[in-house]
Amino acid sequence: MAGVLGTSIKRREDPALITGRGKYTDDLLVEGMAHAAIVRSPYAHARIRGIDTSAAKTYPGVVAVLTARDVAAAGIPGMVPVGWLLPDLKTPAHPMIAADTVRHVGDAVAVVVAEDRYVARDAAERVAVDYEPLDAVADVVAALEDGAPTVHDDAPGNVAFDWEIGEKDPVDAAFAQAAHTVELDLRNNRLIPHAIEPRAALASYDSSTGVMTIHMTSQNPHVHRLLMTLASLGMPEHKVRIVAPEVGGGFGSKIHHYADEAIVGLCSLKLDRPVKWTATRTETNLTDAHGRDHSTHCAMAFDGDGRITGLRVDTKAAMGAYLSTFAPAVPTYLYGTLMSGQYDIPAIHCHVTGVFTHTAPVDAYRGAGRPEATFVVERLMHLAGEATGLGPIEVRKRNFVPADAFPYQTQVALAYDSGNYGPAMDRALEMIGYDDLCREQASRRGNGNGRRQMGIGFSSYIEACGLAPSAVVGSLGAQAGQWESADVRVHPTGSVTVYTGSSSHGQGHETTFSQIVADRLGVAPEAVEVIHGDTDLVQFGMGTYGSRSAAVGGSAIAGSVDKIIEKGKKIAAHLLEAAAEDLEYEDGSFRVAGSPDRALGLGDVALQAYLAHNYPDDLEPGLSATTFYDPANFTYPFGTHVCVVEVDTETGSIELLRYTAVDDVGNVINPMIVDGQLHGGLAQGIGQALWENAVYDDSGQLVSGSLMDYALPKIHNLIQFELDRTTTPCPHNPLGVKGVGEAGAIASPPAVVNAVVDALKPFGVTHIDMPLTPEKVWRAVNAD
Amino acid sequence: MTVSIQLEVNGKPVQAEVEPRRLLVHFLREDLGLTGANIGCETSLCGACTILVDGNAVKSCTMLAAQADGAAVTTIEGLARNGELHPLQDGFWEKHGLQCGYCTPGMILSANYLLEQNPSPSDEEIREGLKGNICRCTGYHNIVEAVKYAAERMS
Repeated sequence: MAGVLGTSIKRREDPALITGRGKYTDDLLVEGMAHAAIVRSPYAHARIRGIDTSAAKTYPGVVAVLTARDVAAAGIPGMVPVGWLLPDLKTPAHPMIAADTVRHVGDAVAVVVAEDRYVARDAAERVAVDYEPLDAVADVVAALEDGAPTVHDDAPGNVAFDWEIGEKDPVDAAFAQAAHTVELDLRNNRLIPHAIEPRAALASYDSSTGVMTIHMTSQNPHVHRLLMTLASLGMPEHKVRIVAPEVGGGFGSKIHHYADEAIVGLCSLKLDRPVKWTATRTETNLTDAHGRDHSTHCAMAFDGDGRITGLRVDTKAAMGAYLSTFAPAVPTYLYGTLMSGQYDIPAIHCHVTGVFTHTAPVDAYRGAGRPEATFVVERLMHLAGEATGLGPIEVRKRNFVPADAFPYQTQVALAYDSGNYGPAMDRALEMIGYDDLCREQASRRGNGNGRRQMGIGFSSYIEACGLAPSAVVGSLGAQAGQWESADVRVHPTGSVTVYTGSSSHGQGHETTFSQIVADRLGVAPEAVEVIHGDTDLVQFGMGTYGSRSAAVGGSAIAGSVDKIIEKGKKIAAHLLEAAAEDLEYEDGSFRVAGSPDRALGLGDVALQAYLAHNYPDDLEPGLSATTFYDPANFTYPFGTHVCVVEVDTETGSIELLRYTAVDDVGNVINPMIVDGQLHGGLAQGIGQALWENAVYDDSGQLVSGSLMDYALPKIHNLIQFELDRTTTPCPHNPLGVKGVGEAGAIASPPAVVNAVVDALKPFGVTHIDMPLTPEKVWRAVNAD
Repeated sequence: MTVSIQLEVNGKPVQAEVEPRRLLVHFLREDLGLTGANIGCETSLCGACTILVDGNAVKSCTMLAAQADGAAVTTIEGLARNGELHPLQDGFWEKHGLQCGYCTPGMILSANYLLEQNPSPSDEEIREGLKGNICRCTGYHNIVEAVKYAAERMS
């Protein structure tokens, strides 16, 4: 249907969600369901001397209490695996339930199953665990110091991996000859993803069929099924069904395979009845994989013209107590490979040490590695604008990869397929009214450095998303392919059902995927149903993360539609007594070229495909097609963001005045949904810059374990965003789309920090670590 | 031990025996099957469980069911009338004021309370009125637009 692509169609997901009819995992109530409560370590590091479950077991209403002994007795693997391997990576065991040692606050030590969720929690308090507390280390730098407490005996010095990319010698040479250099020590603050729906699982084992069904908060049900069966429960893959019902946000935190969902599965397996577990907010904060947590030294070298000649980065990246599902990839192949940013940098070297700490694991959180890389590059570019005297705009423009240089091979493995960076920057400057802002800033500075200073911060970012060619990620250590699947079925009446391996959790796939089919197949979007998130209904799929659903999942759908049209042409040619190569497909009809009255609608052809009465000899009946689409490259969205802040230099408080974002995400399927993705990403990135911080004390206690202490962005903290786009289509996928889910979170932290540092330039401030709390800002202003 | 409660939920009388400690949100979700009010925290901060109790926006995760004795409760399931979406529901749909939808019932009911108090709020008043409800998906931009849309339609 013409005009359906690029149109802001209202979401078909919404009617259920705005009336309270959407069913999330915790909404599911089934006959005979028991409730689980997980007993967790209150210590960051301790030896378990013994567990006395007798008081809990005899508590009225309790069905069972299980510990590591029951995992062993069940004869199951009982492990939580890591899905991405690096050379020489240390992979210490991660048992579902800790047997003799706990390694972070929140590590599971037992589970109580009861008839009622209140009783389960009451009884969990009655499980007596005899701990011998041990020294702990929560800080990524302290964990590498001599004599630091060891997280795993088989990872000496707490080093999980030592990884590098790029060439060191050319970088050293560039610094030796540099006209200007800038350098920075920074901490990229640890974040807690905070999907508003806590993780939950409802496991229903039926011994009469041997089938386990787990409804759970999942971004990738097939990946969860694979890891759950292979490493945790040891059940045959075909006997386990994972269903992701409505999922209340993920942002990466619902990609990973955790101990808790496997524990619930074990409970149901053992009890032969449905068991549900829903995390409290404190539990999610203690056990959801966190994000970021880097300590980095970085430096950039320039020649006399302000052109970048070298970039050097050395990062210590926290892994937490265990390696989460994709954790090793995040600070390496999703970080080091992004260090060229939008710039033509001839020499780059990035060294990363992965570090075990006695904390919750760290893994992918919105952006995953790319926000950290963008923060390094764009903070350095801000400093370079000052050091070279070129200012923040000219120093960037002078170093942009030129529009005629694509495809562009970076020094850190990635080859950018397309890009045109100047126009996005120019449009952002135009929208923000840069010259007027500079005048305003100068007037405030001229006024004897008045109390309220204004700052303007830039961030010109690149990201690599649409994960990704399977062979490439396989060569880099992924234990999974990164294609996506789509089965498109045209029914006998011409309506369509799409089975996608992508797994929506708020992104609106049902709407956008129906638009893709409607456009390509010439049917109304209402004639297309989209099914996802159920391993029994949908063929194996890789799920939703890394801004991949449109670029990879959408391309798979487009591929299936194309196959259907090709098959339909053969059927129509037979019926119209024409040659298949003479047929055209347009607006839902197969037409003989040059004979417009010889045509058949999609529904007519579909009916004949299923009747198969008058049908080509060499063709199978039916009209459906499956595609496993493996992309040729990552996609490379980019853009320039500008943030304007006012800083109260007496109190250190920061007010956002303006935020302008010009992004290039390629072709756009649904502008309303694309803008919404950007808004959400911006809020999370601005949240990282100004408020959010996961804080552990020296003993490994999570100080910011609830919403009382972890400052999520609230509505009165934020402003209306000003967005626009340039469009440089992705050249290697059939839709020309690139992905938008993470752009806001990647671009915005350095834009905000650069703005604040710009505001405080008269006070000699060059850097403040995130989050930029009033206290830190005040201290920076008042530093000697 | 249980206590007897009588209340009105979405216009219908309800009588029940509940444990004194039973949270109102669990009573609504598990005993009455009204799962629209969601639970996102246990500190009364996220607002996903917001409902209306005698017209006031209340976080049902920190109110006991026993405390609702004699009250009139409205949940998201009771907002649409005669099959017609409430203007706020329409506004959230029209302006893409939701993504995952988990915070949405609470957000809509808080906005409902706001518009009862102030039928034509400014952007700033909307932001002030909804600061007890956290959304992690939308960045709030389109929530402000949705509430403005509803306010215009209701005036």
